[in-house]
Amino acid sequence: MKIGVCVKVAPDTDTRIKISGDGAGIEESGIKWIVSPYDSFGIEEAVQTQEAQGGEVILFSAGPKDWQTQLRAGGLAVGAERAVIVDDPALAGTDPLGIARVLAAGIASEGCELVFTGKQAIDDDNVQVPAMVAELLGWPHVSFVTDFSTDGSTFTATRNVGGGTQEVVTGSLPVVITAERGLNTPRYAKLPAIMKAKRKKVDVKSLGDLDLSADDITPAVQLTNFSLPPERPAGRKLEGDVDTMVQELVRLLREEAKVI
Amino acid sequence: MRTSLFRHHFDESHRALREEARRFAREEIAPHATAWEEAGEFPRSLHLKAAQAGLLAPSFPEALGGGGGDVLHDVVVAEELLRAGSTGAAVGLGSLSIALPPILSLGTEDQKERFVAPVLRGEKIAALAVTEPGTGSDVAGIRLKARRDGDHYVLDGAKTFITSGVRGDLITVLARTGDDPHAGLTFFVVQRGTPGFEVSRALRKTGWWASDTAELSFSGCRVPLDHRIGPEGSGFVALMQNFERERLMLAVNGHALAEAALDESMAYAKQREAFGRPIGRFQVIRHKIAEMATAVTSAKALTYACAARMAAGKGASPEVFMAKNHAAMVAREVCWQAVQIHGGMGYMRETKVERWARDARLLPIGGGTQEIMNELIARGLGA
Ligand SMILES: Cc1cc2nc3c(=O)[nH]c(=O)nc-3n(C[C@H](O)[C@H](O)[C@H](O)COP(=O)(O)OP(=O)(O)OC[C@H]3O[C@@H](n4cnc5c(N)ncnc54)[C@H](O)[C@@H]3O)c2cc1C
Repeated sequence: MKIGVCVKVAPDTDTRIKISGDGAGIEESGIKWIVSPYDSFGIEEAVQTQEAQGGEVILFSAGPKDWQTQLRAGGLAVGAERAVIVDDPALAGTDPLGIARVLAAGIASEGCELVFTGKQAIDDDNVQVPAMVAELLGWPHVSFVTDFSTDGSTFTATRNVGGGTQEVVTGSLPVVITAERGLNTPRYAKLPAIMKAKRKKVDVKSLGDLDLSADDITPAVQLTNFSLPPERPAGRKLEGDVDTMVQELVRLLREEAKVI
Repeated sequence: MRTSLFRHHFDESHRALREEARRFAREEIAPHATAWEEAGEFPRSLHLKAAQAGLLAPSFPEALGGGGGDVLHDVVVAEELLRAGSTGAAVGLGSLSIALPPILSLGTEDQKERFVAPVLRGEKIAALAVTEPGTGSDVAGIRLKARRDGDHYVLDGAKTFITSGVRGDLITVLARTGDDPHAGLTFFVVQRGTPGFEVSRALRKTGWWASDTAELSFSGCRVPLDHRIGPEGSGFVALMQNFERERLMLAVNGHALAEAALDESMAYAKQREAFGRPIGRFQVIRHKIAEMATAVTSAKALTYACAARMAAGKGASPEVFMAKNHAAMVAREVCWQAVQIHGGMGYMRETKVERWARDARLLPIGGGTQEIMNELIARGLGA
């Protein structure tokens, strides 16, 4: 079975994001780039599935070919077999639907039967691409999955639906699964595997290689301006005896924060 | 501290391994560092976890369970583990890097399989026992005796200051098998539980609290012939062979502590206010930080240059002895200033700089003293 994983490379979680001078993006110099952590859960699940069922894990990225550094360290060194990066100038201005079209075309061209990815990327937090990929492939998808198993033709996935409730979904492959924290613990890349990953195959493709053109990924959404969220005001300390503090807290939550 | 000055020493594999080590340090060590240091112990299971993460022995042969890398892989892992706040845990995990090399260079395939592989799997703990109550710097003065008796050797004597000695499963012991000061020394592996072998004392120390340090006693301790490592008389040379690497790793220990203390100090100086402003706005503090950063950078430059030579399979003497002395001095000075910048907080056991200032005191002593390094440097220079 060919198992695909859609992977995005994003700024490290403790990056302090700065807006670029023209306000149209972020300052990219000095940023450390990593495999988006939820995608790492997807990679681990794909590798565990491959170890149990056999087959091959293929990574798919729509982004600059430089991402191969992170794909090797965070994917090929932990058990994925090869990677496909679609790098095309037209990708720069596209939106989640454009990215989904590219990934779906890549997945279809390889004949995958199962696709994992993170529930969202930690940079834009759009939570859109996986569902779009599934729709474009004509597959079902299960999101926010915390437990997954497959016998190679059917699958069982557990997903969090909020409020402490879990839903168990069963179905037949193919399917797109999006990983929530807790699905697994990604393994460490050991040095021999890091060395081996240097020689694994990374195909860099253009839109044309996938029979797509720039017109196919014309964005419906354009990002025009970035600004940082307002600075968080300093905390406030309540004083007095417990009863007074509780009363004051409830009043603040109701009247100022308007959360109860 | 951020600098790209040393980037050329490392390739993608070093950078990727550093990320793995950083994650391990963040998830497996940092949350417990204070508790372990205060308890004077870290869990044995950390050896197993580090082995499973591929971080226990990056430069050891892959066939025995190591990473198959070079000394720079060891360097990046050590730097990340040391930053996590428990120097004791980091050096405790590291005792195998001095205990196993004699077995690797002199041992039979069978001995490597029996003694090295289980340690690299994280199942057993290894320690090196050279220093004795009566002799440290003067290795040729070793008195612990190994007398041949049929198909056994009988060991009598004592060792002290042995890192991981309290809970070590396999002790690589340097013993006297002949009268010649150097050519009369031979390594043996003594396993925990061997009759006549005892941990006589667990020693309390200035720093490195989470690592156990032992005084060991050997009294009529019978060790089978196949626990002798290499031919009789081969011990001294085997010990010397690993000296460059041991001293390099202690130099790394020095700059890693210093750099971590610098980073803590910079963060503290931004946040701590006095006289209505962050203390980092006072020029005195800013200049302290500038000087600390300069010292750290100089220590890294010298140490990395030696490491790069060694990674290329070349010797780095006497420069690596200079690196150890320089890093020890930098660690002492920078950790001292870090405590100063933290004020009263820097004297409290809950801060890492307090701990590092104590830990750093070991560096001009362990693995060959500052004075012995100077002796080797002078000799190397032909002075
Ligand atoms: C925390 C810790 C962990 C250790 N771990 C281990 C371990 O795992 N295994 C192990 O075998 N050992 C270990 N040691 C021992 C360490 O290697 C020795 O302490 C060190 O080599 C110094 O030996 P010594 O303590 O006998 O000092 P001494 O040799 O007694 O030296 C005392 C002083 O005299 C000076 N001196 C000695 N000779 C000369 C000379 N020729 N010229 C000028 N000055 C001289 C020394 O520099 C020093 O200042 C450890 C020590 C410590 C503190």
